[in-house]
Amino acid sequence: MQELMSGNEAIARGAWEAGVTFASGYPGTPSTEILENAVQYKADMYCEWAPNEKVAFEAAAGAALAGARSFCTMKHVGLNVAADPLMTLAYVGTAGGFVAVVADDPGMHSSQNEQDTRQYARFAKIPVLEPADAGEAREFMKKAFGISERHRTPVILRSTTRVSHARSLVALAEREEHPPTGFVKDPPRFVPIPAWGRKMRVKVEARLHELRTAAELSDLNRVEMAGNELGIIACGIAYQYVKEVFPEAAVLKLGWSYPFPDATIRDFASKVKRLLVVEELDDFVEEHVRSLGIPCDGRDLVPGIGELSPERLRIVRARMEGRDTEAATMVAEAVDLPGRPPVLCPGCPHRGVFTALGRFDVVVAGDIGCYSLGVMPPLNRMDTILCMGGGVSVAHGIAKSGEKKKVVGMVGDSTFFHSGITGLLDVAVNRSDVVICVVDNRTTAMTGHQDHPGTGRTLMGDDTVAVSIEEMARCCGINRVRTVYPYDIEATVGAFKEELEAPGPSVIVSRAPCPLARKMTLGKPLKVVAEKCRKCGACLRIGCPAIEAADRRPSINTNACVGCGICPQMCKFDAIRLDQEEEERALT
Amino acid sequence: MSETSSVILAGVGGQGILLASNILSRAALLAGHDVKTNEVHGMAQRGGSVVAEIRYGEKVHSPLIEPFAACALGSLEQIEALRYAHVLAPGALAVVSRMRLVPTTVSSGAAKYPDDIGERLARAFPNLRHIDAAAAAEKAGNPRANNLVVLGALSMGLDFPEALWEKAIAECVKAKFVDMNVVAFSLGRRLAS
Repeated sequence: MQELMSGNEAIARGAWEAGVTFASGYPGTPSTEILENAVQYKADMYCEWAPNEKVAFEAAAGAALAGARSFCTMKHVGLNVAADPLMTLAYVGTAGGFVAVVADDPGMHSSQNEQDTRQYARFAKIPVLEPADAGEAREFMKKAFGISERHRTPVILRSTTRVSHARSLVALAEREEHPPTGFVKDPPRFVPIPAWGRKMRVKVEARLHELRTAAELSDLNRVEMAGNELGIIACGIAYQYVKEVFPEAAVLKLGWSYPFPDATIRDFASKVKRLLVVEELDDFVEEHVRSLGIPCDGRDLVPGIGELSPERLRIVRARMEGRDTEAATMVAEAVDLPGRPPVLCPGCPHRGVFTALGRFDVVVAGDIGCYSLGVMPPLNRMDTILCMGGGVSVAHGIAKSGEKKKVVGMVGDSTFFHSGITGLLDVAVNRSDVVICVVDNRTTAMTGHQDHPGTGRTLMGDDTVAVSIEEMARCCGINRVRTVYPYDIEATVGAFKEELEAPGPSVIVSRAPCPLARKMTLGKPLKVVAEKCRKCGACLRIGCPAIEAADRRPSINTNACVGCGICPQMCKFDAIRLDQEEEERALT
Repeated sequence: MSETSSVILAGVGGQGILLASNILSRAALLAGHDVKTNEVHGMAQRGGSVVAEIRYGEKVHSPLIEPFAACALGSLEQIEALRYAHVLAPGALAVVSRMRLVPTTVSSGAAKYPDDIGERLARAFPNLRHIDAAAAAEKAGNPRANNLVVLGALSMGLDFPEALWEKAIAECVKAKFVDMNVVAFSLGRRLAS
């Protein structure tokens, strides 16, 4: 049986078919839908959102040490958070199969950098598999568990945006049962105190040698021989582009790219006159091919910045053939089109916080989430973004540096639980004079509304404890903690004013649920009364996509407006009101 | 080996591009093709410019379409059609909804929504169906069914029988919404014929 599935759906399916009984992860584009799909198999497979990737990795590692087949999911930057357990689980090894599914984002569609996860596999001396579409994603996931158990090693399955979010046909199979074997006490195996860790260190090298042999024999790496003029080594989605653009070339497709199958590479290189390596992001394979003394092309022709595409490979091909290269350009009618960047939705509660903060001359350290969009005009109210949790600790550092301006740190609710708490301990214990604003919209919004420790609900759909951000802040040692309703601009401004003036650190929790997540409106759509409008532009400075304007004359798109009531608070001329009919209805 | 057909759908995050893409890929699947699609998730969805690519044929490799290679373009918004015009093969079918969604870059005064959008579309797309999809959607009983109207109009240029489209719709939407969506789809077909 075949189904049309996204790569992420297929990874979830592959895990279920492989007999997995434990799954954990933290949302992050492009990996999020893996666990969202995995939970449909919850009768066989326990699934959870963890507070962050490190916790997800450790929890899945624990399940594997107890003999369960387990996996964890995250985006590429999430593996940085989980790098600590990764590097040592590579020593300890596993009992049940363990796979870390990591989705890279070449081109940074929804990320702050485009690091290449394959480097972590080499760093940790463990295998990495690279599926090229959804069908392979399912198949490779199952094979990854076999490799993990046979060699007692964690395995990384590396996806990318165009594997995770592209859909293609997937062959389905029944589930194999692998009930957890139970935890078997064996401290020299599971405890890397130096005496035992040194022994593990030796084993890691021996295992890498075994894995290299296994990769040579694996059908995950295959040669598609054609002519011998040009041979191409390709990994992941790049393979698909190669098949489109170089249909006549011989191809060595590396589905198991590390440890490198040296003999396979040497053999393939010996059969072709010219060798080209096509891979996304780092020249991971190419560098190794060169280290084997094999001449090849790669980064000299194929871009390593941004994602690849058939279009970019056409240019590579033209260059190889000495033809002129021309990138497709927009049609003449499209060159001066207005941009349409992502924006905070109509009715977004974050808009109230940014509008209020716009009244203060402060430095705002921001963080990762929908509220990152507050950096853009017309809001312009965020000054730094570093990483998850950085909104708190970066604010602390700026304040401690002797900065003259007051400093506000901004962090989302899910991000606060992810890694804002440890930063807040630093703020409290080392007494920096910052205001930390937790913009709590009761969901992990940017990635598509996942639950987190504050929502009171699990991924499996059960009710659970909802952890209080205010109580957590007090436990961290913050004495000044208050809550605001961000649609009330004056009250929000007042709260910031008081807390910025008060000595010592404060936490302001801005609390209102994401209307998009709840599919709710906050009121009736509003209307601009043309006779009263002076075209001052104040309502346009809140960047609401429901307020459209031509020549500064605003009008409200009633299909988009959710009646949040922020724009009337901006208008000095009382020109934004309920629709007249609505007003009459409200009076009667 | 038969040629791979490529269709591009454009619009604004939240307009229902994913559903239209689902139905089109399901129709191609029911017609016995290999299918690959590419869709946008995550940050770009928040009211940003959004595109879906659908490719089908005997054997499809890349989910991404090359410039000037699409055999049809459907757009749920006018300027979004122009933004992806270079993906469409010269002279191929373009169905564009008369929907005008003003981006915040225009409202803030930083950019301008073209006044001559109709003429621009006509120049960029020699084979253009510039349709009032919103009115048809309203008639079908749901103003948000703009996506199905555009897909219906687009279907006139794609080689699948109407019954197969209806089956694809029934497999992709909740049972209680099937009728409304089928009506919107057939109104779209009528607009393009």
